[in-house]
Amino acid sequence: MEFFRIHKDIPFMKHALVFNVISLLTFLLAVFFLATKGLHFSVEFTGGTLMEVSYSEPPALEKLRDALAKEGYQDAQVQNFGSARDVLIRLPNRDGVETGKVSEKVIASLGAIEGPKPELRRVEFVGPQVGKELASDGAMALLLVIGGIVLYLAMRFEWRFAVSAIIANLHDVIIILGFFALFQWEFSLPVLAATLAVLGYSVNESVVVFDRVRETFKKKRGLTTPQVLDHAITSTISRTIITHGSTQIMVLSMLVFGGETLFYFSLALTIGICFGIYSSVLVASPLVMWLGVSREQFMQPKKEKQEAVV
Amino acid sequence: MNRYPLWKNLLIGIVLLWGLIYTLPNFYGEVPAVQVSSGKATLKLDASATLKRVEESLAASGLQHDGLFADLNSVRIRFHDTDTQLKAKDVVEKAFNPDASDPSYVVALNLLSASPQWLTSIHALPMYLGLDLRGGVHFLLQVDMKGAVTKRLDATTGDLRTLLRDKNVRHIGISREGQTVVVRFRDTENQARAKAVITANTNDLQLVEGQDGADFKLTASLTPLAQKTIQEFAIKQNISTLHNRINELGVAEPVIQQQGLDRIVVQLPGVQDVAKAKDILGRTATLEIRMVDDTPGALEAAMTGSVPPGTELYNERGGRPLLVKKQVVLTGERLTDAQPGFDGQTHEPAVHLTLDAAGARIFKDVTRENVNKRMAILLIEKGKGEVVTAPVIRGEIGGGRVQISGRMSSEEATDTALLLRAGSLAAPMEIIEERTIGPSLGADNISKGFHSTLWGFIAIAVFMCLYYMLFGFVSVIALASNLLLLVALLSLLQATLTLPGIAAIALTLGMAIDANVLINERIREELRNGSSPQAAIHAGYDRAFDTILDSNVTTLIAGIALLVFGSGPVRGFAVVHCLGILTSMFSAILVSRGLVNLIYGKKRKLEKLAIGQVWKPGV
Repeated sequence: MEFFRIHKDIPFMKHALVFNVISLLTFLLAVFFLATKGLHFSVEFTGGTLMEVSYSEPPALEKLRDALAKEGYQDAQVQNFGSARDVLIRLPNRDGVETGKVSEKVIASLGAIEGPKPELRRVEFVGPQVGKELASDGAMALLLVIGGIVLYLAMRFEWRFAVSAIIANLHDVIIILGFFALFQWEFSLPVLAATLAVLGYSVNESVVVFDRVRETFKKKRGLTTPQVLDHAITSTISRTIITHGSTQIMVLSMLVFGGETLFYFSLALTIGICFGIYSSVLVASPLVMWLGVSREQFMQPKKEKQEAVV
Repeated sequence: MNRYPLWKNLLIGIVLLWGLIYTLPNFYGEVPAVQVSSGKATLKLDASATLKRVEESLAASGLQHDGLFADLNSVRIRFHDTDTQLKAKDVVEKAFNPDASDPSYVVALNLLSASPQWLTSIHALPMYLGLDLRGGVHFLLQVDMKGAVTKRLDATTGDLRTLLRDKNVRHIGISREGQTVVVRFRDTENQARAKAVITANTNDLQLVEGQDGADFKLTASLTPLAQKTIQEFAIKQNISTLHNRINELGVAEPVIQQQGLDRIVVQLPGVQDVAKAKDILGRTATLEIRMVDDTPGALEAAMTGSVPPGTELYNERGGRPLLVKKQVVLTGERLTDAQPGFDGQTHEPAVHLTLDAAGARIFKDVTRENVNKRMAILLIEKGKGEVVTAPVIRGEIGGGRVQISGRMSSEEATDTALLLRAGSLAAPMEIIEERTIGPSLGADNISKGFHSTLWGFIAIAVFMCLYYMLFGFVSVIALASNLLLLVALLSLLQATLTLPGIAAIALTLGMAIDANVLINERIREELRNGSSPQAAIHAGYDRAFDTILDSNVTTLIAGIALLVFGSGPVRGFAVVHCLGILTSMFSAILVSRGLVNLIYGKKRKLEKLAIGQVWKPGV
């Protein structure tokens, strides 16, 4: 079997501008949604109490809400989760209330309702101190990833590659966040992990192409820079699609079988993989070109110093 | 040219065998067990003696066990089925705790790995499952360090007062102001003497001289070193107090660890009664012994609203009001133990307290000076005090052994002792994060994680075999060995496996196939360009190596960042992710190359590679 039968190098660079404009538009759209709608942060970030209870038969959510309101939790969000028998309850933190005890009070008041009795599946309580730290730790992790990758690529390749790879892939991260803002999907810690993993993963992609670019520059003389880039992308495209396809199979499997906890995690990965291919190949390469990459940068530096007269 | 030297083949074989051995324990599952551990802080478990006792008691009642294990803090006995386990628990309980009201040992039900002895003896243990997979409670507790320092300063205020009086230094007042203690004097002479006396007696205080109107003052604050020691001590003491309290719960494998400077993580696998656990943990109480102010009329005045300065109004447990001086005589830090028991002469129920050396000295002085007066033992919970007991001092008590008795039922004595022990926490704590996972959800999570990995793996395997034929099959074997090594590594390191960790295993597998795709595509490309099969294999692996290295390093950078800054679920993900990248480098390059070499390496006249169709332009 061979999916890709390409006779000539595909002239990707001819359309470089188009790709970048598409990219820029998606990016701006993502920023727009992030700015207007904002992320729907999970309890881990905002602090509060989250409870998952399950019933032997579907309960009436209205009754649950009433019971909670009577206890003084008017701001409780009660919704079905997964199935009609599973209920998710969210309670924000409030000042002055002994937050650690909330879950017990809630379960007691739910137990007092007539009908099926609740079974506690999961409680998550996060104090206000923890959330702030998570946000700053996340930002630090992002900075460390960016710094580390730029440094490594600059060392192994050239600063132009490092800069274009990181720009292309940061824009993936923003787009993932944009999706989460647009659809108001829950942004939790696993999603954060997925987002950062995507950053490392799609830089991967750029690295493979850049590797080819370097090799082509060294081996084939007489090609212009756009031709070199076209050749590099074309000869790696089969690998690109197959690799990402395989990773996507795995992620898809998590999306289907992983349940609620892994759902948004794998969703973030899916978006990241799709945009990762696009951006690391079709955005990063033109950026390298515009930054002025050329053959000379990969040739052995001539030993001009020998001419000096001592 | 495509042959590995013997040592390389052997190395691959040994590594894979190692992986297999350390993965094995994960397949055996768990069997019921009974765990015996010490129930008292003062009681050290003697493993060999305990083993013998357990064996004797089981033999006496004719119960069969499947093996005995001892570690530092506990003894565990494996059983064939839960029926025997339950019976054995009763038997052991009776043998070890003849007095059920005062148990010295904690006998709890537990699960143990069913893997054979020889595996356990080489430390091949099953992966350590996180709470989200096995069910249980997780707490993150924040220790109030400022509270610990403030409390120490309050005690220092008392110490300084005693010190200056002993040395006949005249002052006009000592008080704590914020994070400092201020001593006031009428003249510089006393100020200088006080400074000399204090410096000679303690290294914990920094002194600054100053003037306040007509008065002279000395401002004492704790040195940074002293503050650090206090904080370290506070967290250690809290951890050991938590250990003792959690022992009362009889949890099989509790995790109590310091996290960062001022936090404690408590994980109680299998515990479902959150309310009780929280009740025991959440007693964020501190203990203070103070004198009762029994100046005639003072209590009545306080009742009408004018509380005399330096005193506070409390209610006794019976509800009667009590006027207590603000000055702290002793804090819970000085209390090393509190046990219920009986008075040696009257046989009345009593509580026996043990104080440390410093506490004993202070207590001796205080009791000598206050015979026939009352002292109050207060339990301070989140700023609110409660009088545990307010006994009358009958005489001077030296030696640090204190007995509180009289008008107490045996149950009350037990309660009081528990409260007093609970109160010896060095600094108040607050639960800032809680996670409870029911056992059914844990089992669900395991099966979800397992199934997503399984189906993903199968789909990839089928595709690879179809697309790359034999080379695809080799890639799949490499991927499987990656999984094997990863699980072995996780088992060996006993890193906690969580649901995000399983997701990381799946993702790592999905990404690790990249290396093999790169190699296979390269080989095809070489064939397309007209290389001979052997040369194509050689060049394919060689050229792909740089790319594989670069792409794995960049992924690893992201993984390490997550590891450094992540907490909770993110860390669980990152650990597995990083380890997986390392094992995938080994398996994708060495294992797959080794296999290909075994298959093709010896064939001199190789015409064709089973790598699927290689399409050539123009053919």
